[in-house]
Amino acid sequence: MDDLVVRAEGLRKRFGKTQALDGVDLAMRRGTVLGVLGPNGAGKTTAVRVLATLLRPDEGTAFVAGVDVLREPQKVRRRIGLTGQYASVDEDLTGTQNLVLIGRLLDLTTRDARKRAAELLEWFDLTEAAGRPAKTYSGGMRRRLDLAASLVGHPEVIFLDEPTTGLDPAKREDMWGVVRTQVAQGSSVLLTTQYLEEADALADEIVVVNHGKVIAQDTPDGLKRRVGGQTLRIRPADPSRLPDVLEILGRVASPGTTAAPDAAAGSRPGAASVPVPDDSALDDVIPALRRAGIEINEFGLHLPSLDEVFHTLTGGENDKKKTEALV
Amino acid sequence: MTTAVLDAPTHLDSPRGGSFLALVRHAGALAKRSLIKTVRTPEALIDVTIQPVIFLLMFTYLFGGAIADGDRHGYLQLLLPGMLAQSLAMGSIALGQNLNSDIEKGVFDRFRSLPVSRSAPLVGAVLADIVRYATVSVVTLGFGMIIGFRIETGTTATLGAIALAIAFGLCFGWISVWVGMKVRTPGAVQGVMFLLVFPLSFGSDVFVPAGTLPGWLQGFVKVNPITHLVGAERGLLIGGPVAHHLWLTLAWMAGLLVVFVPLALRAYSKRT
Repeated sequence: MDDLVVRAEGLRKRFGKTQALDGVDLAMRRGTVLGVLGPNGAGKTTAVRVLATLLRPDEGTAFVAGVDVLREPQKVRRRIGLTGQYASVDEDLTGTQNLVLIGRLLDLTTRDARKRAAELLEWFDLTEAAGRPAKTYSGGMRRRLDLAASLVGHPEVIFLDEPTTGLDPAKREDMWGVVRTQVAQGSSVLLTTQYLEEADALADEIVVVNHGKVIAQDTPDGLKRRVGGQTLRIRPADPSRLPDVLEILGRVASPGTTAAPDAAAGSRPGAASVPVPDDSALDDVIPALRRAGIEINEFGLHLPSLDEVFHTLTGGENDKKKTEALV
Repeated sequence: MTTAVLDAPTHLDSPRGGSFLALVRHAGALAKRSLIKTVRTPEALIDVTIQPVIFLLMFTYLFGGAIADGDRHGYLQLLLPGMLAQSLAMGSIALGQNLNSDIEKGVFDRFRSLPVSRSAPLVGAVLADIVRYATVSVVTLGFGMIIGFRIETGTTATLGAIALAIAFGLCFGWISVWVGMKVRTPGAVQGVMFLLVFPLSFGSDVFVPAGTLPGWLQGFVKVNPITHLVGAERGLLIGGPVAHHLWLTLAWMAGLLVVFVPLALRAYSKRT
């Protein structure tokens, strides 16, 4: 018995000069959440479009809910729900009309389609707005309606392509709650995201993709162990003290990692960061900084950013030793 | 490969009532979607309501006197069936534009991820246009009668004229669908379709008798589907022979379907 609801091997897809997928393997167990993490243009959306039967790969095989995506796409479509990267609700239709249309296309009778629509609208807290055209909805309401639309047919597998991109943090947490409930009810969810925080909050397993390739696959904890559970970032008031800060940070670094000038893209130079196993590092670092008389402008402990994850996973090119220690 | 799934009931995998009925049902649901959109945005009907009225007024009162040597009424009798044909052709442009913008917005991705026939979204959109073509027919005839057009045949022939107009619009519309699938923006759909619709509607005997045209242009007029549609409409509305033009119109309609339905479907499935 094979309990994989998504299984893809060797997916390749080229658009003109861009190799969007360059041999991607994916596996998702029933009843779990698989997070596909990567930056813009990594191939996440292309992979979802292949699995959701919207796009034929140039090479490779894919099975969703046990059905061959390339041979029997119609059968796959009866088992999946898709929420694309941009809310694809019909703006001129009301919430109810949007969901009833999907129900009718899924061969529900008009009465059942209406019933299911009312149920989902209630569940997504859209009952009050049910009779209004979707163009009057806020961004968060549109996303909820879009997600509701992908659930009309009680799909076994749900594909969510960047479900929270563009939402504010409170709305993001709402969406997370919805995803968790779906999984609790037995669905399997494949979601793509650019946020490690989101993958960490939802996924049972994380696949990191870059340039059309899978560069890491692990549980959230495993991945965090590899890239340093958290990152401690410090910016001294006097930039000339940076070497001293690096020296102090070096003492608390996660095994196999080193303190380095901050590598996060877009950040001003003059800060140092280091992966740390947990927040006990603060107990060592703060007194040491005091003793050395270093004044601090910025002090933060956070999950590694996507950039830092990539920096670590790809070894930052100039840090070969670190890569070897990690892989 | 073995799987843990697939205890799902077998009816899950074939649409209720067979694939043709499913196509009809799905296309119907999608046509309803287009109609709701039309009702919500009545200004989208300007091209099949106000525009034909303005064209009728313009050609009857501005050019009619000069072209028909003062016989405005006689000119209107000949002009109106032709205006109907031109308005139908122009009215089909919006179809391709709407489909183009639907695809750009990602609405069609959702439809494609559902177990409906690939052609259902396109067929549904085309069917919804029946309302637009019926509107253009009624507005043109109704307003024409206000300014003096007289139907010289009977009710049956008039209804036949309207039915033919709608049916022609449904076939001609597939060109617009195909263009909508091929070009990148709604604006480009309009640009390309104007390039087609203007030569077809003006390169006919809609506005002037074909006898006044140079020989090479008369050749074009003779094969132009709009000429034959107008001929059939004139016969059905003001009397005269119908059969010849009607058969040629039907042949053109069949030809348009045979060529542009497959082209449109192929362009649609290639568009990602």
